[in-house]
Amino acid sequence: MTERVEVLKTYKLYLGGDFPRSESGRSYEVTGAGGEFLANAARASRKDIRDAVKAARKAWPGWAAATAYNRGQVLYRVAEMMETRRGDLEAEVARVEGDASEQVDAAIDTFVYYAGWTDKITQVMGGLNPVAGPYFNITAPEPTGVVGIVASEEPSLTALCSRIAPAMCGGNASIVLASERYPLPAIALAECLATADVPGGVVNILTGHKNELVPVLASHLDVDAIDITGVTGDQRTEVEAAAAENVKRVITASDVRGPHEVTAFMDMKTVWHPKGR
Amino acid sequence: MTKWEYAPAPEATEIVSVKDTYGNYIGGEFVEPNSNEYFKTINPATEEVLSAVPVADESDVDKAVSAARKAFGTWSSMAPGDRAKFVYRIARVIQERAREMAVLETMNGGKPIKESRDIDIPLAAAHFFYYAGWADKLEYAFPGRRAEPLGVAAQVIPWNFPMLMLAWKIAPAIATGNTVVLKPAETTPLTALMFAEICEQVGLPPGVVNIINGAGATGAALVKHPDVDKVAFTGSTEVGKMIQRELAGTHKKLTLELGGKAANVIFEDAPLDQAVEGIVNGIFFNQGQVCCAGSRLLVQESVAEHLLDKLKRRLATLRLGDPLDKNTDIGAINSRAQLDKIKRLVGVGVEEGAELFQPACDIPERGFWFPPTIFTGVSQSHRIAQEEIFGPVLSVMTFRTEDEAVEKANNTPYGLSAGIWTEKGSRILWMADRLRAGVVWANTFNRFDPASPFGGFKESGFGREGGRHGLEAYVKLVAP
Repeated sequence: MTERVEVLKTYKLYLGGDFPRSESGRSYEVTGAGGEFLANAARASRKDIRDAVKAARKAWPGWAAATAYNRGQVLYRVAEMMETRRGDLEAEVARVEGDASEQVDAAIDTFVYYAGWTDKITQVMGGLNPVAGPYFNITAPEPTGVVGIVASEEPSLTALCSRIAPAMCGGNASIVLASERYPLPAIALAECLATADVPGGVVNILTGHKNELVPVLASHLDVDAIDITGVTGDQRTEVEAAAAENVKRVITASDVRGPHEVTAFMDMKTVWHPKGR
Repeated sequence: MTKWEYAPAPEATEIVSVKDTYGNYIGGEFVEPNSNEYFKTINPATEEVLSAVPVADESDVDKAVSAARKAFGTWSSMAPGDRAKFVYRIARVIQERAREMAVLETMNGGKPIKESRDIDIPLAAAHFFYYAGWADKLEYAFPGRRAEPLGVAAQVIPWNFPMLMLAWKIAPAIATGNTVVLKPAETTPLTALMFAEICEQVGLPPGVVNIINGAGATGAALVKHPDVDKVAFTGSTEVGKMIQRELAGTHKKLTLELGGKAANVIFEDAPLDQAVEGIVNGIFFNQGQVCCAGSRLLVQESVAEHLLDKLKRRLATLRLGDPLDKNTDIGAINSRAQLDKIKRLVGVGVEEGAELFQPACDIPERGFWFPPTIFTGVSQSHRIAQEEIFGPVLSVMTFRTEDEAVEKANNTPYGLSAGIWTEKGSRILWMADRLRAGVVWANTFNRFDPASPFGGFKESGFGREGGRHGLEAYVKLVAP
């Protein structure tokens, strides 16, 4: 009996809810821990970044206006889909980073954790302000808008989830640059997002060369904030300088998860109204 | 019928004693500048010279940062309750010397005495009082995190609310255990120097607050100084972007409170007489030299004509003149440079085809003045609908539906503030959700309070000042 010929996956971008190839037609070779060929990942172009920003801007108002309960359920659904497809996630992580099970556990739990914050963040981080006058005065966090995320290279999956989940939790739409060295788990994650009721465009994941893509994301005038956790060395200076062009918020991950990781992707809004008869 | 005229009611200036020259306030004393350079500071309402103030060069900046660094160790490790008491003392002395400070603020900045007396100075004192109480309660401010001070804060403030902006910067910074080097604007240094005297009066440890003077070059040297851990800036979006660029790659924590082009949105069911007062307060408060000024009036088409008639009638009753007069509504423009900028942009408005309205009003011969001004027939693409004028100039546009109002209100790169006027509660909340602005005033405008966070969306900056949220700008959050 002959051995069955395995069907191999084409790894594409996740953009506007779809899985297109790079419009540039380019790809790059991804190798495993031992240097063996794994796949050709899509190599996103500047134009793909611009298209992703457009998709994010379009998706953002709907996601921002969704109820906190609804957003929480979508994040929780992501965790469910990841759990269902954990074999796939583990296999992708394992062939590049070896030990995978703990990383996948942590990645799934990150979504469960932030799913529970969507409807608590406003109470914990906002508040009623006791101003010295006859006014009702309230402050609440609101989504910053369209945010760029440059995730750390590794651990490939948790580095990604620990930034995507708080951004989503805060009601933002994101353009995410996956690990350049280990892009395949990111695409497996994208397949979980696509099947988890995440509206198309709310998360867009691009693979490719960071040197080429990060400056485009950092200088794009319709991006409101940029998470530079995965930007290293000299490129940080360049990215932070480019961010100034439209006063982008520049965000880095802290070592403690919690509500401040969510409000880093949000702006406080204060509303006043007189009290009277 | 006899027309009753107002009799002059000027505030006495004898209460204020201004020295002929000042030093920079560094390490608890007034010191002469290494630069040996001084500049004159004037009263913009009379162009009379009030004093000479030093220009801090790089070596003076370095001296001030060193003094702040030296003080940081003891100040940050002082029992928080004791730190609180120093900040409370500052609040109390500002209250004690409030009238003196208000008169000086008006003399140096040109704002009406009724504003400096009733708003700027009382709010500055209240700000210190508010943040004093946080000093020993920081463990309650950030759920799940411990707050640590950052170190030396470099603070650069504008000329439109000199003392209030100083309070917004210094109070949360020192309450959380940082030390500061503050540079007031070059046209309004005097209340900051009076504040330095207050620091002496309350026995604040030397070096906790340092005040240096100068223009843009001094500010640039300060924010660039390598031993600075935090930069807080209030001013134009243009300079804010320069600072953000300059700080790239430095790990200095940055907060920016920048420009605005706020929409004040008037619906047909609004209480129009109140709305007129809100519009006037929104754009003519402090001669419109306010980052959150309601400089774009969006009025629902059905009431536009009626509202504008009322507004024009009201404008004719505004009293422009001596800022020290208790009945003055419109004071002097802060500087000749600002006056030139206002004139230039108003010229652009006329060239672009908007229709100009100014009430008849006497302009004093000396000093810098600009009459209250309304532009009608403004389209969204006009520069006077997009650019911050920072003067008493209102651009009027109309809308038909709520959606159109939101669309137009949000159609600038700024996002500092917005106003909504309607009797319908549900519409207020619907609008407030959709306006992309850090502060939304509904059926009121230009209200401020130390407990109320203030700051922008989009290109109006990031970080908040005021309230619990204002603490975050001055602390590092670490694992508990």
